[in-house]
Amino acid sequence: MLKLENICFSAEGENGTKEILKNINLELDNGFAVITGPNGGGKSTLAKIIAGILVPTSGKIILDGEDITGLSITERAKKGISFAFQQPVRFKGITVHDLISLAAGKDISINEACDYLSQVGLCARDYIDREINASLSGGELKRIEIATVLARSTKISLFDEPEAGIDLWSFNNLIKVFEKMRNTLGGSIIIISHQERILNIADKVIVISGGTVKNIGKKDEILPDLLGTADAGCKVLTEKL
Amino acid sequence: MNNTELELLKIIADMEGTPSGAYNIRANGGLSSRQVTENINIETKTDKSGINIIIKANTKGEKVHIPVIISETGLTELVYNDFYIGENADVEIVAGCGIHNCGDGESRHDGIHSFFVGKNAKVRYVEKHYGGGDGTGGKNMNPTTVINLDEGSYMEMETTQIKGIDSTKRVTKATLKDDATLVIKEKLMTHGTQTAETDFTVDLNGANSSANVISRSVAKDNSKQIFLSRINGNNICNGHTECDAIIMDSAHVSAIPEITANHIDASLIHEAAIGKIAGEQLIKLMTLGLTEQQAEEQIVNGFLK
Repeated sequence: MLKLENICFSAEGENGTKEILKNINLELDNGFAVITGPNGGGKSTLAKIIAGILVPTSGKIILDGEDITGLSITERAKKGISFAFQQPVRFKGITVHDLISLAAGKDISINEACDYLSQVGLCARDYIDREINASLSGGELKRIEIATVLARSTKISLFDEPEAGIDLWSFNNLIKVFEKMRNTLGGSIIIISHQERILNIADKVIVISGGTVKNIGKKDEILPDLLGTADAGCKVLTEKL
Repeated sequence: MNNTELELLKIIADMEGTPSGAYNIRANGGLSSRQVTENINIETKTDKSGINIIIKANTKGEKVHIPVIISETGLTELVYNDFYIGENADVEIVAGCGIHNCGDGESRHDGIHSFFVGKNAKVRYVEKHYGGGDGTGGKNMNPTTVINLDEGSYMEMETTQIKGIDSTKRVTKATLKDDATLVIKEKLMTHGTQTAETDFTVDLNGANSSANVISRSVAKDNSKQIFLSRINGNNICNGHTECDAIIMDSAHVSAIPEITANHIDASLIHEAAIGKIAGEQLIKLMTLGLTEQQAEEQIVNGFLK
């Protein structure tokens, strides 16, 4: 179980210090949790804090009873945290097969690597020897990124907006990938998403807005409320304009 | 041949045991062994140091190995190798120079390689440079390559220097006739206080000739690299030069692409990029469980693969 205790995060901006996360308390047990909320609300920051990429200003991160707040990205990865970036990174010279092998932590066969790629809707043989460089489209990179998390198969799998940059056809497959992960991984899958269809398969929905947890609960409880606030969101926007 | 020399051969020419096909092994300034075939002749030059490699027209699918190794300290040499590749031939030439210097004298190999590639012939030329041994003496190499591509011919040159050469100045000059194509791929890594200077000049003289010069390099520690790539478009032609370098520690890298169009239909592009390893690349690999150092190694190895 992953537990966040009083997580605060501030960053220096043009107009002085900005509080991005304010006292976040969350318990994420096994199952499928979706973190949603307006852009700029602090969702990605929170994901980076869990993965160790950002260090919280204060607060604690507890994984299965162990305080991992002081651990590095590498140490957390070894403890079983995987993170799929919202904007995947390109590497000249490193092939898809290389990256999936690195993710799996061992040299995996072409067949195994292809299996992960097929799961994210890529015709594996066409991709396995491709370099992860600018020749791949944003959507292709995104799917490879998700495949690296599948290959790691850890107890915490964290996805930052997996749907961004993926076409509708692949999106249907993606939902299946996540459903399958829930059955096979047995850990906690945490997805940051704005997509109703992803929210629909969630066990738990967490709404983060303005750096705080606005709402948390089962999807049936949260979803109607969320859809209702969409109008309110628009009103705020209209007033701003 | 002793173990050190055999090891050098393996690194620079992938040679283990006696290769099939033609070969010429030069060790410590003299001929060590040679084999010729029906289609490929190798002869010692009579007027100066070096060899002529003569490949008959229409020779297909044969390989020639011509490695040079130096394991004596204080040995310096200047060698001329000329390659005559007959019309319509399709061959691979594996050169390479390995220096193992345990002493305090300078070991240096300066090679001048001239290629005369016949009409519609195709050649792949692979060259690896490597230095080993922990002596204080310099391990230096200065290869010069002169390429003459006749009509419709194709040459691919793959040149690699990954380790151990203290100082290198590599000069490559190429002239292309009609429909000829040249591809050069350079991979280079320098470390310590090494210096490496690369100087390419390509003259696209023929109609529809094309050249693609690509360099990838990594400069570590206090090493220095200078990359100069000059393409002259003198006819209807296509030229592209690209230098991509990763800089680390306190290294210095200069990339100087120079393209000149002397014809209205010359189409020339240059690209050059120098930068340190992107932080997000390290972070991504660290989220896969690699340490920062392992991540750096993977990125560098991949880049130079």
